[in-house]
Amino acid sequence: MRKSRFFRSPSAKQLVLASILAMGAGTPALAQENAPDPTDWQNVLDQAKGQTVYFNAWGGAPNINNYIAWAGEQVQAKYGVSIEHVKLEDTATAVSRVITEKAAGRDEGGSVDLIWINGENFAAMKEQGLLIDSNWAEKLPNYEYADIEGKPTLTYDFTVPVDGQESPWGMAQLTFYYDSEILAEPPTTLEELAKWTEENPGRFTYAAPPNFIGTTFLKQVLYGVVDDPSVLREPATEEIFAEVTAPLWTYLDELKPNLWRDGVVYASDTTQLKNLLADGEIDIAMTFNPGEASSAINASELPPSVRSFVMDYGSMGNSHFVTIPYNANAKAGAMVVANFLLSAEAQARKADEKVWGDPSVLAINDLPEAQKAYFDALELGPATLQGEEFGKTLLEPHASWATMLEEEWSKRFMRDM
Amino acid sequence: MVQTLYARYVMTMTNRALNAIFWVAPALVILLLTGPLLAGLIGVAAPAFGYFPTLGGVELTWDHLHKAMHVPGFWHSVHLSIWIGLVTTIISFVIVIGFFAAFWDAPFFARISRFVSPLMSVPHAAAAFGFAFLFAPSGWLIRLLSPWATGFDRPPDWLIINDPLGYALLAGLVLKEVPFLFLMCLSAASQINVDKRLKLARSMGYGRVWAWLTVVMPALYRQIRLPIFAVIAFSSSVVDVALILGPNLPPSLPVQILRWMNDPDIEMRFVAAAGAVFQLGATLVALMAWWLLEMLCSYLMRQMQSKGARHQNDQIVRQIFNIAMLAMVTISAASIVILGIWSVAGYWRFPEALPRAMNLMRWLDNASNLWGPSFNAIKIGVAAALISVVQTLLCLENEKRHDIRLTQSALRLIYLPLIVPQIAFISGISILLVRYGLDGSFWPVTIMHVVFVFPYTYLALEASFHDLDPRYMQTATALGKSQNRIFFQIKLPMLLKPILTALALGFAISVAQYLPTLMIGAGRVPTITTEAVALASGGDRRLIGIYALVQTLLPAVGFALALVLPKLLYPNKIYFSKQREA
Repeated sequence: MRKSRFFRSPSAKQLVLASILAMGAGTPALAQENAPDPTDWQNVLDQAKGQTVYFNAWGGAPNINNYIAWAGEQVQAKYGVSIEHVKLEDTATAVSRVITEKAAGRDEGGSVDLIWINGENFAAMKEQGLLIDSNWAEKLPNYEYADIEGKPTLTYDFTVPVDGQESPWGMAQLTFYYDSEILAEPPTTLEELAKWTEENPGRFTYAAPPNFIGTTFLKQVLYGVVDDPSVLREPATEEIFAEVTAPLWTYLDELKPNLWRDGVVYASDTTQLKNLLADGEIDIAMTFNPGEASSAINASELPPSVRSFVMDYGSMGNSHFVTIPYNANAKAGAMVVANFLLSAEAQARKADEKVWGDPSVLAINDLPEAQKAYFDALELGPATLQGEEFGKTLLEPHASWATMLEEEWSKRFMRDM
Repeated sequence: MVQTLYARYVMTMTNRALNAIFWVAPALVILLLTGPLLAGLIGVAAPAFGYFPTLGGVELTWDHLHKAMHVPGFWHSVHLSIWIGLVTTIISFVIVIGFFAAFWDAPFFARISRFVSPLMSVPHAAAAFGFAFLFAPSGWLIRLLSPWATGFDRPPDWLIINDPLGYALLAGLVLKEVPFLFLMCLSAASQINVDKRLKLARSMGYGRVWAWLTVVMPALYRQIRLPIFAVIAFSSSVVDVALILGPNLPPSLPVQILRWMNDPDIEMRFVAAAGAVFQLGATLVALMAWWLLEMLCSYLMRQMQSKGARHQNDQIVRQIFNIAMLAMVTISAASIVILGIWSVAGYWRFPEALPRAMNLMRWLDNASNLWGPSFNAIKIGVAAALISVVQTLLCLENEKRHDIRLTQSALRLIYLPLIVPQIAFISGISILLVRYGLDGSFWPVTIMHVVFVFPYTYLALEASFHDLDPRYMQTATALGKSQNRIFFQIKLPMLLKPILTALALGFAISVAQYLPTLMIGAGRVPTITTEAVALASGGDRRLIGIYALVQTLLPAVGFALALVLPKLLYPNKIYFSKQREA
């Protein structure tokens, strides 16, 4: 059932039943009309004044938490909107909460106003009708400078059309990093990586899927072994999947005995990978935030000799967003916050590695001079790749691939009775 | 004359009001505690069998149970949960009972118990992080021994933390369950006149350990049986410790359920509910296995006892338990120390024994972030502990007055919240609360905490209350005192110490609550624990150190107050306690 999670349509019987139940539980049709229209921005600002926006965002990184706190001070001073950061350990918690509220028939005055989101969580919320129905994000004043042409991932979030139901916030690219004092020349092709792990057993690992960085690593390898990547843009079927991914499993099986802990356990996420590198347990780690290594050097979590690299044949990239649930209590306030997060000032500060180091979604060269100046002032750390060094961005495969990759990986690598 | 009459009238009315309060207390407790539980269970059972209209589940089906069973590694996860629940309890129980038997009236006992009680206040997650920072291949222990003793200049590629069979998880849980059982045994022991029993057995030539096991253990065991069941249930369904130390390919069942719940594919919520039903089964199997072990052990004990052996030479046994307990205390203390070091560490390269630079930067950066959540935790903890202890006392007093065994058996229901996996039934309740707009504020969160705090305060107070020497009460009654006066003027002062301990325990339990705070609080009532778990997901060890220490400090202050207050309030009173006798 998981295979077709994004496109499965409920049967007619279920639809009828669900709508009867929905009518009994509340009036969702009316609730939708509460969303203010961002084309009348002054009206949004008026409504937003005095509102408190409960911003549900992952709370695992103090620098990001501090950035959100800063954004809160700014929107309070500028627009009279206050932000309460609900620190999540997993974005799905916020999705759960909205589902719970829908189940309980609370179609207005919900407890979640804004969610930091992308990929599967967005797809799930969109499919379940848990988001504002209208295209609000593209009508935000600051959306004007979003780099729609240069960054296709802003309009297709893991191949799911965004349709203005979430507002862009930042960019991500699968980036590897290593300590240049320990490892002189990192392997930048799959063959080199396999050879290097064979010569240095126990010094490399990836996160176990379905952790996103683990799944992303599978996709990255898949791009490297597949003959024609265009097949990945289409929904996967059992046969195509088996055929296309066969070399991937061969590669991973060969890698396994030479991995950290002999491939019996894997890292749980990017931060564990970072800690393992800091402790010298592994020599190569990976992250989705190209500025992470430099940020970690600033926070004395990693030694100053750490450097980044990407694979020669390109690297997986995507975007992250903020979105507003259909039943949010402070919709106008949430739009004001989303718009502020898109401003050059906020985006430049986010890109500053001393603050966060998350790449901007704006087309910086198109910005008016005064706003461009924010970015000109930024300095990138030695561990951050720049421009050309990033190489080609590999687009996320169709969402069905991720699900099947995760399932197949579980079947092959999970210990069973 | 009129005044006296009026005063008497007021007194009678007050008395009647009090009587009424005592009368309704147990009913209130049962309503308060089992209501949410039943609602929560239905909220779990329904989707497990396919019924959850909002998600399009409108027909009853076995599909979700089947689907859960066919997830790769599912049965391994189930076995892990049963095994962890059972073995953690066996090891903790043996260490505690062995130590009690070996050292009950030795001076060493008093010294150790002074160390053990504060360990109770270390939250599970904090202890688990400390354990991992200590024993990981790049942990403090190997750093201290490297490279001079081990020759390592890189961490060895050893599988210690997150091992597939869950030994690290077991060890981490034992570190926390030993202090809990220790406290429970201590409270139970003060009720059964241990010294008299021992004297008798020893006069007949029984060895120290064997005498204890023969004459004390059977009576003591009856008192700690429910706490033991709570330990089994808790360890078989623990989430936070398992996330930190447990296996991950596959994880133990509760962690697997959490993953399903957090899966963006909403269909998986049905599977998560089905998983919760299996979790219930796994916990039950662990409990049944313990029950079988109980029968086997008591049979073996009877066989051995009937042979009449005295087992006088028990030096080796005593040494073993001495070492076990000392190791336990040392590891726990070292865990706290390593958390402290990480909280001030700069960059710390392996195998340096200490970080190159230490500074208070992180503490200062986070001081303002710590205050709000700590204050919330204190408010909720104090309120939940007070409500629970007052309710406990009212129930116990009512039982005593009316000698109602029915109430007693009904009260067994309150232990259900300790046996049903939190992760599942809380989500059922939160739907109910959201429906009536009751989530996301102080009182609902506090009441939800009471559901989990009350069983512990009841466990902690029940024995002390029932075993108060009845002669005091008989004397007071003979002197014409009303039941209410006896309750307030004799029972409460006599119970001051256990009451304060129960308050501190309740506070500690409340502070450590994660899922209820998060789900009922809708994220709007952040406490130090919800913040700590959120930050832990970022894996920043310096911050984990800070939050774990603060999380430890709060309940520690509670326990310290419980220890100090009686001495301040009644400096001359001599308390009936083991420490004094020893």
